[in-house]
Amino acid sequence: MSVIADPIIDPKRALRAARIAEFKSFARRFMRNPLGMVGLVIVIALLVCAALAPILATHDPYLPALSDRLAAPGAEYWFGADELGRDIYSRIIYGSRLTLLIVGLVIVTSAPVGLVIGAIAGNYGGWVDRIFMRITDVFLAIPKLLLALAFVAALGPGIVNAALAITLTAWPPYARLARAEALIVRNSDYVNAIRLAGASDFHIIVYHIMPMCLSSVIVRMTFDMAGIILTAAGLGFIGLGAQPPLPEWGAMISTGRKFIFDQWWVATVPGFAIFIVSLGFNLLGDAMRDLLDPHLRQRR
Amino acid sequence: MSENLVEIENLRIAFPREGGMSDAVRGVSLSLGREKLGIVGESGSGKSLTGRALLGVLPSYAKISVDKMVFDGIDLTAASPKLRRSLRGGRMGMILQDPKFSLNPVMRVGLQIVEAIRIGDKKLPKREAFKQALAVLEAVHIRDPERVFSLYPHELSGGMGQRVMIAMMVVREPDLLIADEPTSALDVTVQTQVLSILDELVTRRGMGLIFISHDLRLVSRFCDRVIVMYAGQIVETLRADRLNEASHPYTRGLLACLPTIDGPLDPLPVLQRQASWLEARP
Repeated sequence: MSVIADPIIDPKRALRAARIAEFKSFARRFMRNPLGMVGLVIVIALLVCAALAPILATHDPYLPALSDRLAAPGAEYWFGADELGRDIYSRIIYGSRLTLLIVGLVIVTSAPVGLVIGAIAGNYGGWVDRIFMRITDVFLAIPKLLLALAFVAALGPGIVNAALAITLTAWPPYARLARAEALIVRNSDYVNAIRLAGASDFHIIVYHIMPMCLSSVIVRMTFDMAGIILTAAGLGFIGLGAQPPLPEWGAMISTGRKFIFDQWWVATVPGFAIFIVSLGFNLLGDAMRDLLDPHLRQRR
Repeated sequence: MSENLVEIENLRIAFPREGGMSDAVRGVSLSLGREKLGIVGESGSGKSLTGRALLGVLPSYAKISVDKMVFDGIDLTAASPKLRRSLRGGRMGMILQDPKFSLNPVMRVGLQIVEAIRIGDKKLPKREAFKQALAVLEAVHIRDPERVFSLYPHELSGGMGQRVMIAMMVVREPDLLIADEPTSALDVTVQTQVLSILDELVTRRGMGLIFISHDLRLVSRFCDRVIVMYAGQIVETLRADRLNEASHPYTRGLLACLPTIDGPLDPLPVLQRQASWLEARP
């Protein structure tokens, strides 16, 4: 019994090997999903753009060059220049940072909030459940963009406020989802078993119910990203999201709107950026769900 | 301190149903010392509910009324939920039926035992809790506890899972252990193994055991006393070795249904239920 001091050294290694093997098989199955790969490539490209923006950009995204106002796409300005002569390509590249910032802020705030509320509501049931779920119903009843608009109008325009407003509209689906999972889990025998061992409600929710809700919440998160990007762009377009001169894609479309017939590239290029990135997140989320959901896996 | 570990008098449990209440347990009284008490009865006779009522883990919509429910001198009817929670696990434990469902599928089994230990004693250092978990795994006759410690429940066989479950419940050495059909999900050879482990733990640590089962023969072999329940009532209390002297027609009917290896090859008699058994007993 010399091993007793370190009980899990060897199994740990075995487990790591098993995990690597599992990951490899996951990667193989993922590779066989062409659309998922497309999504993955788009998302990785977005991350690379955001990370290497200063290197990839050919111009300063903020520096106007009035002599090149509304220049057409060409060797100097790959995607043309906007109404102040700023390079649209560079602005798109820098804009990916803002997009990721908003998506990240919204995801890290809304998913945990929804998870906690849903797990609590599902675990306790009764009037706690009823109150929480009626609140989420109120939020769900109002169109997302409209609600976000109202919040931004109240909070004041700005990128952080936009993220906050989107968060306030994005958590209810998570709460619903987590509640549904919690309802299943809370009556399961192993939750009963730990309750029989004397665990408190808090302990049960945090260590036994939330982990079980996590998988569906994560899948839902990848789907939500596209929606968040669109909402953020929508807010930017109306002028309530990122403020000029920030190269936010929605705001860029908004300024390009005036020139749409003569200088189409000013509005079209950021529009394409939004379209491609949303598509990428959707394809990736779709592939993730197909691969991670055991029910779907068995059907094939 | 009374000599009896558990006293229950006139326990009634009812569940609301459309248009009234349906009674599940109707006036059960029992007492338990540091012994092995078997409760047998068919499905729905209120065996498990009685055990759960004692632990205080019935769903909130169940209506419970009891004249007296005492555990080791503590009046459970007056105890706060907090006190009852502190009793669970530390002073009384319950082993559930199917290890497939009663262990968290995404948690290593060793950590689940550690969790049970640390719920009881939050100040216990992690290393100490790990050591205790390994020791208790060894106590339930698991070879190579270090390996089993870091397995997930789906990697265990049914018998192993049930032993882990038992380990989780006995690790804090409760005074009362309720085993709710601990062996019915297991096959016969594993059954005896699990029972002998249970017997060893109960005898060595001097626990009171309530063994809920529907296997009459198993109970008569394993327990000191047997309570026979039917439709939420106790119809008979017997010494386990005198099960054959049962006087109530229900018990006799159950016994008659058991096949014997050298008995006649005629079809076994079918249990004939009588409406009079449902009537309230004095």
